[in-house]
Amino acid sequence: MNIVRYQHYPQGNLESALFSTIREEMDRAFQSSFGPFFRPLGEAPRTLAFDMYQDKNQFTVIAELPGLKKEEIEISVDNGVLTISGERKQEKSAENGQQTERSFSKFQRSVMLPTVVVADKATATYENGLLQVVLPKAEEAKPKQISLN
Amino acid sequence: MNQIAQPISTSPAVQSQENNHRKYYITPSVDITSNEEGYLLRAELPGVDKEGLEITVDNGELTFIGHRKFPQVVGDVVYKEIRTHDFHRVYELDPSIDTTKIHARLDQGILTLTLPKAETIKAQKITVE
Repeated sequence: MNIVRYQHYPQGNLESALFSTIREEMDRAFQSSFGPFFRPLGEAPRTLAFDMYQDKNQFTVIAELPGLKKEEIEISVDNGVLTISGERKQEKSAENGQQTERSFSKFQRSVMLPTVVVADKATATYENGLLQVVLPKAEEAKPKQISLN
Repeated sequence: MNQIAQPISTSPAVQSQENNHRKYYITPSVDITSNEEGYLLRAELPGVDKEGLEITVDNGELTFIGHRKFPQVVGDVVYKEIRTHDFHRVYELDPSIDTTKIHARLDQGILTLTLPKAETIKAQKITVE
């Protein structure tokens, strides 16, 4: 059995991508190894899994965010960093917990975007617990053809 | 660990057709709570919609398989982390559960299964004539 989840490493801006990956890997290793036995004290947000794709016009991010309502999800772009967060309101009920593997808590994940994007033109959809965010690239970030005279 | 990929071997008849190709599944995270009415099971199945969900109860075993659907994306991969395997989990049911009254609801990737206990199992007051 693998202890650490196999991951594809990001291409693109290698330095910043590497650093954020290592920190996120450690967060994830701690959360997944110790989850049921060692609850983080306080309100530590849960991390969420995501994929990022790009073509010459836009980035697309797909994130696993099950069980939220649209109004509970927040997506923001600040200084080249995309942050996805959500808070699930806990359902209070008088039940004896038997086995609990998910924590009703906050989700949060930030990622550096490889190029500048036009945040105002971004769109997002949420279906079946998957969030899809499309971020158009800024004009200056799109690839340019240089013509010979 | 929240998600563990495990191969589930198919029956010999199917295996020969698939050339010994074993399908890998992810075990989803599930919360189970109970009260005197029965059990409540909540599973995280992002990417699964109603058509993709198969729940069967057979011989005291509850099995659910979630076939996942992902949106079509244009472009190349920059970062890939989501495992696209389908979900699979099997539970042995408490014999006091009334399997004809199991109720399932799927909402934004969360499956909520209500498993009520049979009426005769609940504590009853017996009146003396």
